[in-house]
Amino acid sequence: MAKKSKSTDPALSDATADATATPRANRSIGSQATRDKTLAKILDLGKSVAKSALAETDPFVDVPTRTMSNTSYNETRRLLQMGDATLRRNLFNTGQARKFMQTVLLSKGCKDLLEAKKTLSLRGMYYMSLHSIKGTKEKTFDDQEESDGILEDIEVAIATLRENLHLFAKKRGTMVGNITVVDNGDSIDCRRMGTGGYAIPSICEPSVVQFGKCEAKFVLHVEKDTVWSRFNEDRFWETHNCILTEGSGQPPRGVRRLLYRLNKELGLPIYCLLDCDPWGHYIYSVIKQGSINLAFESERMAIPDAKYLGIRSGDFVRCGLSDDVKISLNDRDIERAKQIAEYPWFVKKKHWQKEIQQMIRNGFKMEVESLITKDISYVTEVYVPERMKAKDWID
Amino acid sequence: MDASNETDLQKSSPRRRGATAEEMSEKQREISVSEFFAKNRHLLGFDNPRKALMTAVKEAVDNALDACEEAGILPHIYVELLQRSETRFKVTVRDNGPGIVRKQIENIFGRLLYGSKFHRLKMSRGQQGIGISAAGMYGLMTTGQPVLIISKTHKKKPAVEVLLKMDTSKNRADVVSETEHPEDDGLFAEGHGTQVSIELEGRYQQGRQSVDEYLDQTAIANPHAHFTFVNPSNETIEFKRGTNEHPPEAKEILPHPKGIELGTLIQMIERTQRQQIGGFLQEEFSRVSPSVSKEICERAGITNRTWIKQIGHKEAEGIYKAIQEVRIMAPPTDCLVPIGTKALLSGLLKEVKAEFFTACTRPADVYRGNPFLIEVGLAFGGELPKDELIRVIRFANRVPLLYQQAACASFKAVLETSWKNYGVSQSRGSLPDGPVVVMVHMASVWVPFTSESKEAIADYDEIRKEMKLALQEVGRKLGIYLRRRQRMRHEGERRSIFERYIGEIAQATEAITGTSAKKIYDSLLRVAQRKTAEADAVLDNEGKRIQDADPFKKDDSVVILPSRVAKIGKGAEDAVDGDGGSKKSSGSSGTLFGEEEASSSEARASATRAPKKR
Repeated sequence: MAKKSKSTDPALSDATADATATPRANRSIGSQATRDKTLAKILDLGKSVAKSALAETDPFVDVPTRTMSNTSYNETRRLLQMGDATLRRNLFNTGQARKFMQTVLLSKGCKDLLEAKKTLSLRGMYYMSLHSIKGTKEKTFDDQEESDGILEDIEVAIATLRENLHLFAKKRGTMVGNITVVDNGDSIDCRRMGTGGYAIPSICEPSVVQFGKCEAKFVLHVEKDTVWSRFNEDRFWETHNCILTEGSGQPPRGVRRLLYRLNKELGLPIYCLLDCDPWGHYIYSVIKQGSINLAFESERMAIPDAKYLGIRSGDFVRCGLSDDVKISLNDRDIERAKQIAEYPWFVKKKHWQKEIQQMIRNGFKMEVESLITKDISYVTEVYVPERMKAKDWID
Repeated sequence: MDASNETDLQKSSPRRRGATAEEMSEKQREISVSEFFAKNRHLLGFDNPRKALMTAVKEAVDNALDACEEAGILPHIYVELLQRSETRFKVTVRDNGPGIVRKQIENIFGRLLYGSKFHRLKMSRGQQGIGISAAGMYGLMTTGQPVLIISKTHKKKPAVEVLLKMDTSKNRADVVSETEHPEDDGLFAEGHGTQVSIELEGRYQQGRQSVDEYLDQTAIANPHAHFTFVNPSNETIEFKRGTNEHPPEAKEILPHPKGIELGTLIQMIERTQRQQIGGFLQEEFSRVSPSVSKEICERAGITNRTWIKQIGHKEAEGIYKAIQEVRIMAPPTDCLVPIGTKALLSGLLKEVKAEFFTACTRPADVYRGNPFLIEVGLAFGGELPKDELIRVIRFANRVPLLYQQAACASFKAVLETSWKNYGVSQSRGSLPDGPVVVMVHMASVWVPFTSESKEAIADYDEIRKEMKLALQEVGRKLGIYLRRRQRMRHEGERRSIFERYIGEIAQATEAITGTSAKKIYDSLLRVAQRKTAEADAVLDNEGKRIQDADPFKKDDSVVILPSRVAKIGKGAEDAVDGDGGSKKSSGSSGTLFGEEEASSSEARASATRAPKKR
C-alpha cells in the first residue's frame, strides 16, 4: 500500500523546496491539503488491513527497512538515500503480531490527531495509544521507545513525515547569534537570548520558523550544551559574526532541519566542533550525509558541505595537552571507529582515513572540554579562530 | 587354621596353657544353616524392624504369586498388618493359590534352603528357598510366637491349620499344634489357597521402602494380580487388576554349559545317573547336540563313550576347558516370560499418575550361560513431582527391589544413559531430574543378586548393556513426546498471541476505515485458527509436512493421557485434572486391556482408553 519512492512524493518535494520557497500558512498544524493527503494515506493502510481481513488472508504492512543494508550513498548528491527494500510486517507471525497491532493502533492515533487538528509530542502519542489489551494484563506498549519506533515505521510505510502526522519530539538544541527568526509569528532576536539561548523547536519547517534579518557569515555547531555555554559567554558569535548552535549530542531532527535551512536558504557554511571520538565522528556524518535510520529524510536534512573543525586527533600534540585529558578507547570504540572508516562516504576521503587511523593509533579519545585544561577560553579565543583562519578543517 | 598357627607359635615362644586339640574338637560341630542365618539375619533382609516387616510381607507375597502362577490361577492376595503393640505386628498373607499338601508344610515353612526353585533353572520370584522360613524364624526369635499356616487344597477337602516352631539347630520345624478346619471356613472363597501368619517385631512407616511401596510396585509389575491390603490403621487399600491375561508359564531349562563352573561340573559328574560322558553332556545340559559333545570330548582328549567312572579331576578340568573353547548355541530363551509391553503399561497406568507412558521389552540375551531379558517402562508428567530426581523402580522376576539402589546394575544403567538427549536434564554423575518414573525389570532363570536378601542386581556387562539399550528406546520416545508437547505449547501460545491482538486490530481498523470491527474480528479469528492449524501440521517432524500429527498413533508401546497434561495456554498453569487423587478408598482402576470392571470409575477408564486404543 505504501508508495516506496520518496523523491517523487509531493509532500516531500514541497518540504525540500529550495531556500527561496515562500513560507506557507501554519503548516505544522497542517494545511488542510497536506492533512487530507496524510489522512488518505492512513486510510489506505487501514483499508488494506480490512480488505485482507475480510478476505481471510494474512494482513500486512510493508515497512521500508531502515538499516545500513537498505541505504546507499549517492555520490553525486553526497547524501545517504534509502533503498527499495521493505520488510513485510504480518499479523500472523508470532514475532510480528504485536508490532503489527501497534502499527494499526498508532495509525488510528495519528488519524484522530490529524482530525482534531492538534499536535502531540511522541510521548503524548504514546500515552494516547497506551492501554491494557482487553482480557489480559498486557499493555499495548511497554515504553515510549517502542511507540517511537513504530511511529517511524508508519512515517516510512505511508511515505510521509513526522511533521505531517502532527508529531514532534522533545525539544533539544539551542541557538544564539546574529540572526532574527520568526517562530510561529513571534519575532525572536537571537542576539538577545541571554545565557540560555533560543531553544530550537522540534518542528523547524518553513511554515513554523522563518528567517528574518541575518548578518552572520557562518554557523558553528558544537556538540553539547556545556561547550556552547562557553562560546556564548565569550560572545564568540558577536566577535566572529556567526550563529552558534548545539544539538545535545546527536542533533535531533529539528536542529538538523534548521542547520540545513540555514545552509540552503541563507547560504551559511556549517562548521562542526565535536569530540574526537567515534561518537563525534558519527554526529558529523549524520549532519553531513544523513542518518541510516532516517535516510528517507536525508534530502531535507543532510548538509554535504558541512565541515569538521575539530577536535582532531593531532590536537593533543599540536595544542600541547596534558596526559590527563586522554580517555582510552575501548574495544567497542575501536570497532565503531573502523566501521565508520568503512562508510562509503568516508572511505575515499584520505583526511578522514588518516584522522581515524591516528585516533586508533593514539589509543585515546578527547572531548572538546579537554581544551579547557590549556585555558578557560582557549577554545573560543585560540583554537577555533586559528582553525578558521587557517581553513584547517576536514571535509 | 588355628592349629597351624599354634605350631608356629610353639617354636617362637613358651606355650601358654591353652586348649588341646582334643578339647577343641569337643566344641567343633556342624553349624546348621538356620543357625547361621539366625545370627546373620541382615543377610536375608531382616536388618532392622522396618525392613523386617517389609521383607516378611515380601517373602510371603512372592511365594503366593509364584504358587498362583504355577497353578495357572489369577492371583488375589490379601495382606493384613495387625499392630499388636508399639513394635509388634502380626503379618497375615492369604492367597487363592493351589494350597500346600499337609506333609510339605513343615518343610516349606520350617526349613531354610528347602524349596522347589533352587535346583532348577526356571524363572520364578523365589530362588533359594530361604525367604518365608527365614521370616518365620525371625518372628519366632523376636516374639517367641510360632508361625500359623492354614492351607486348603481342594473345595471338598478341609483346610489344615498348623502351628510351626522352628528348631534352628536342626534346621527343621516342630509342629506345635494341628487342627482341621471345617470344609467351608470362609477363608478361601475359591476353595483353595494358603494363609500364613507371622508375628514379629517390626515398625510400620509409610513412604520409601515401606510395605506400601513394595505392594505398589508389585502391583505395577504384576498387573494380573489383585492385592488387598489392610494396614495397621485398619484402612483397606485395593490394588486392582490391570489385565486379566495370565502371564504364560515359565518353562524350565537345563543349565547351559557356558554358565557352569568347574566345581559345579565336577559335582554334576559325581551325581549323574548316566554311564557315559556323551550322554551326560547331551542330557543334562541345554544346547549340547551329539556333534557338540563329540567336539568337547575330543578337545578334552576323551570320547563320547568314555565311562563316567573314569572321569577324574583332570578329565573334568579338560572338559571344562573344552567347553569354553567350543562354540555352543546360546541357551533357549523361550523359558523367559516377560511382563510384556502391554501389561507393563497397564501396570504403570493404574499405579502411576502420569501423563505419558511408554514401555519396551528387549529380546533375550545371555550372561554366563543364563538367558535373561530386560524390560523398561517409563512414565512422565502428570502428578509426578517436578523438582525431584527421577525415580527408578527396579524389579527382578517381577519382584520389586527396594534397597541398595546404588549397587544395582539397573541404577548404573540409568545413570549412564544420556537423558539430556531426550529432553530431561541431568547433572553429571547423578540421576536426571524431572517428573519421571523409570522402571527396570530383569527376567531371568537365575537373577544374579549381590546378596541373599535380593536387593540389587549384580553388574554384568551384558545385563547393563541390555538395560541401557532399553532405556535408550523409551528415552527416545519420551524425547519425541516432549518435543511434541513443547511444540503444542508453542502453538497454544501462538494462537493466544494472535487472538489477543486481533481485538485491538479490529477496533483500530474500524476507527480508520469504518469497516465493522466485529466482521474484521471474526474473519481474523478464522484466519488465526486456520493458520495455527496449518503450522501444527507443517511443524511436525523436522519440517516435513505430514498429515498425521500424532507420531505415536501406530505405536502400541505408548499411552498418553491428555487429561493429565497440564493445560496449555490461557494462563492456567499446572491444571491437572483432579480425578482419583487418593488411592486410599478405591485404589486406581482403569483396566486398559481387561474386560472386567467396565462399570467402575468411568472417568479414569475412559481417559485411559481414549487416547491410544482404537
